Amino acid sequence: MAMDLSQGKVYGIGWAGRTLREMLEESERLFRETGRYYGLEKLKLKEKDPIRYERIFSRIRGGLVNARETALNISASPIVKELGELCFALYTPEGDAVALSTGIIVHVHTISDAIKYMIRNNYEMNPRIRPGDVFGNNDAMIGDVHNADVHTLIPIFYKGELLGWAGGVTHEIDVGAQYPGSMSYGQANRFPGDGFIVPCEKIGENDELLKSYELRAQMSVRSPMYWLLDEKTRLAGCLMIRDAVIRLVEEEGVDVYKQFIREAIEEGRRSFLNRVKEMLIPGTYEAPSFIEVPFKDEPVNQLMQKDTMNHSPLELTVGADGEYILSFEGANKWGHHSFNCAPSPMQGALWVLLTQTLIPNDKVNDGAYLATKCILPYGSWCNPDYQNVSTTLSWLFLIPGFTGMIRSLSRAFYSRGYVEEVLAGYPVTCNLMQGGGINHFGIESAFTNFEISSQGTGASAVKDGEGFCAAMWNPEGDMGDIEAWEFIEPLLYLGRRVKPDTAGHGKYRGGPGMEALRMVWKTDHQYLYNAGDGYTVNGGGLFGGYPGSSGYRHNMRGTNMQELIKNKLPYPTGDGNPEESEMENLVKAEKVDFDQQALTFMREYGEWDLYLSMQRGGPGLGDPLERAFSAVEEDLNEGLLSPRLAGSVYGAVIVQGEDGKWKVDVKASEERRQEIRRKRKMRGVPVKEWMKKERKRILKQDIIEPVKDMYKSSMELSETWAKKFRTFWDLPEEFQFD
Amino acid sequence: MPKYTRETLKNLLDGKLPFSEVKVMMSSFKDPERFEMMLEIHQSRVPWPEKILLPLGLHLYIVLKENGDRVVKCDCGYEFGDYRKNWKLNALVYVRDTEEKIAEIYPKLMGPDPRWMEIREYYCPGCSTQLEVESVPPGYPVIFDFKPDIDAFYEKWLGKPVPTVE
Repeated sequence: MAMDLSQGKVYGIGWAGRTLREMLEESERLFRETGRYYGLEKLKLKEKDPIRYERIFSRIRGGLVNARETALNISASPIVKELGELCFALYTPEGDAVALSTGIIVHVHTISDAIKYMIRNNYEMNPRIRPGDVFGNNDAMIGDVHNADVHTLIPIFYKGELLGWAGGVTHEIDVGAQYPGSMSYGQANRFPGDGFIVPCEKIGENDELLKSYELRAQMSVRSPMYWLLDEKTRLAGCLMIRDAVIRLVEEEGVDVYKQFIREAIEEGRRSFLNRVKEMLIPGTYEAPSFIEVPFKDEPVNQLMQKDTMNHSPLELTVGADGEYILSFEGANKWGHHSFNCAPSPMQGALWVLLTQTLIPNDKVNDGAYLATKCILPYGSWCNPDYQNVSTTLSWLFLIPGFTGMIRSLSRAFYSRGYVEEVLAGYPVTCNLMQGGGINHFGIESAFTNFEISSQGTGASAVKDGEGFCAAMWNPEGDMGDIEAWEFIEPLLYLGRRVKPDTAGHGKYRGGPGMEALRMVWKTDHQYLYNAGDGYTVNGGGLFGGYPGSSGYRHNMRGTNMQELIKNKLPYPTGDGNPEESEMENLVKAEKVDFDQQALTFMREYGEWDLYLSMQRGGPGLGDPLERAFSAVEEDLNEGLLSPRLAGSVYGAVIVQGEDGKWKVDVKASEERRQEIRRKRKMRGVPVKEWMKKERKRILKQDIIEPVKDMYKSSMELSETWAKKFRTFWDLPEEFQFD
Repeated sequence: MPKYTRETLKNLLDGKLPFSEVKVMMSSFKDPERFEMMLEIHQSRVPWPEKILLPLGLHLYIVLKENGDRVVKCDCGYEFGDYRKNWKLNALVYVRDTEEKIAEIYPKLMGPDPRWMEIREYYCPGCSTQLEVESVPPGYPVIFDFKPDIDAFYEKWLGKPVPTVE
C-alpha cells in the first residue's frame, strides 16, 4: 500500500491499485446484491473456450497436488509424511479458495478466514504484505480448527500486483500446551493453557522464515525438530504453488487468469446448487448427537471438574431452490474444557464432509461455501461468546456433532434412488492416544498417535462398511506404520489387530475398528491420555441399524510384563472381547483401569506398563434380522463378531466345527428370528403410551445430573429449542431443569 | 450420462451388484432417470396398490391414498399416518435402558451407560421390523428424522406435478 501525498489517495497492492480491503468489500457487496460470486452473470471464459478453461483448472489443480506430494517428503513427522495430514490451496486476493490439493481439506476454508482476517485488520498497511513475505496462523478464533493445525500463507505477486495467495496446513505433533501432545486438555482457558499460538503473524521475508520466529517456535513446543521441518514443508509447498501460478499467468495472460479465478468460484457455487437438486430431496432433516465429558473425578482444572454432556442438535434444511442450511440451534454452552469450537472449524467440518458426499470431485472451492449457510448459536460450544475458550481438542465435539449430516444426506440419497451413495454415518475418531514425558532416547518429548485416521466406516445401503480405514476429517485415512510410531513414541506395539464387536450391527454392518496394545519402553516417566466416547455411543445407525460400539479404557500400571517376557510366558497382543479380556487373563498389575471412563486426563506410566488404544467401528444399516446368514458366519470366522451377539442380535443359531470354524444352522436360525420378531411385538410399547410415562419422569427430573445440565443449558441458550422440548413433552411453559 | 437397466438397478437395490460395478457407478455422473426407475421397482415389489410418492427407508414409503392423503406406509401394509407428522409416534418402541438390555447388543463395557444414553428401537406394529434405532440421552424428544417437501420436489425439481388421485 502506498500513498500519493499530493492527491491524498491510497494505492493498494490489489488489482488496479485498489487496496485488499476495497477488493474484499466489493466482492462481498456484489455477492450480497446479486447472490452471485463477484456478481458474475455469465461465465464468459468457460462458455467461449471451455477447453482452455478446463486446461487452466487442471494446471492449477496439478500444481497443488504436486506441491503436496513433493513437500510432504520434507517433513519428519509420521503424521504428515505417512498419513498425509497436510493440504494446500490457492486463493483469490480477497481470500476465497479457487482450488485445492488432496489431503486434510477441512482447512481450505479455515485458511480463507485467516486471509480475510489479515485484510480486515489492514495488514496491507501494517505489517505490510510484500513479495516474499510469509505469514503463519494457528489461531482457531481467527481461522483454524485448533492450534495443532498450523497454516503458512504467502502472497503471490505478479508485476507488483497481488494475484492471490497460496496456503498450506499441517498437523503438529505437539503445540507446547500446558500438557503434552497436539490436542492435550485439562486447562481451563486458551491462555496460558493451549500453548503456542501464532495469530496471523508475519513469520518470514524473502521466501525465508525469520530466524527470530524459528527460535521462538523452537522454544515454544516440545518437539521443535518436527515443528520446524513442518514449517519448511508448508513453505516449500506454497512456493511451488506460487511458481506454478506465475508460469500459468505468463502462458495464459494475467487477465485470463483473473477472469478464470472469478468464474471458477461462481461455477463452484452454481455446481453446488445444481448438485443439491440433482441428489437430494428438499425438506427438513433432524439428526442430533451427544458425547459425554465425565470430568467430575478427573484431575483437570477445577472449573471443569464436573460431569457434562455435549448436545449437537443438527438440523439440515434443504430449500426448494437448493438452499443448504445447517442449524445447531439448541447447542449447549461452551465450557472450561478444550472441546469448544469456533465458527471457522464448523465451516471446515461442513466443507470436508460435503467433499466426501455431495460434491466428491476435484473441482471444489469456496463457491460451495457461498452456497451454504450455517446457524451457530452465539454463546454455544460451536460459537463461544468468550474469546479465551480453550480449543485444543475441538474435534471431540465437532466429530460427533456432524455425524448426523451424513445420515441426513443418506436419507435423501436413498429416497432419490442413489442408494449406492448411502452411508450410515461415521464413528468418532478415537481413542486419541497422546502424551509425553521423558522418551526412549532420554529426552523430554511429546507425541500424538494418528492411528485415529483409521476407523470403520458406516454401512452402505448395498454393502457392509469398510474396516479401519477412514476418518471424517481426512478422506485419505492411513494408520501409519508401527515402526514409525515406535520411533517417536516410547511405547512398543505388542499387537495391532481387529477389534471384535466394534462394528454397528445391521442388515449391513459398519466397518470394524481395531485395537493396539502398547507397552511403555525405556522410560519411567510417560504421561498418557485416553480420549473418546465410553458412556455414549456415536455415529447413529440408519434404517434400523445400530451405532457402532463405544470405547472403553483398559490400562495396567505396575505390571509383571518384564517377568513374563524374561520367562518366555504368554503375554497379550490385544484385549479382544472385554468379557474374556486377554490382558486381564495374562497380566498382573498393581493398578488397573478397566472401565467406561474413556475420556480422561493424563496418567503417569512407567516401563512395562500397558496401554490399550481401541479404534471405533462404523454404524450399521437396516434391521439385523435381515442380515444374510452367510455374512454372520463370515463375521464370526473373521473374528469380527462374538458368538454370543450372533445369537442375541442376529438370531443366528451357531455350531462350531472341529476345525474351529463357526457354522450357522439356517433352519433353526430362521425359527429363532421369528421368535425374536414375536418378542418385539410383545415388548414394544406404543410410542404415545411410552411418552406419557416418560413425561412423568421428566417432570420428576429423574435423570442424571450431566444430562439435566445439558438440557438446562440448551434451554437457557435457545428459547426456540426450549419451546420445542416443552411442546414435545407437553410440559408447563415455565418448566426448566434444576 | 450413464444409463442403467432395470435389472442392474434391482441388483443394486438388493446388494447383489458386484462392488467393482458399484464403484464405477459412484464415480460416474448420476443418471437423472434414476428416481423414476427406482420408484417403479419399489412399486412392483409392494403388495398394495397405492402409488408410492417417495421411498423413506428400506421398508417405509410415502404413498398416495385414494382420498388424496399422503401417508407413511410399511411394505407390510401398516400405515403410520400423515407424512408431515413423525411416523415414529405411531410405532412400537422398545427402550434399552438397563445394562442387561444393552448387553444383548454390545459386549460388557462396549455399549452406552444407560444413565447417560439409551437405545430406542422402533418397530413396525404390523411386521415387527426394526425400522429405526435412536441413541439419545434419557428424556430426549423422539427425533423426526426427515420431513420431505414433496410438492417442491416434484414441481420445482422434477418439473412435473405431484401425482394426485385420478
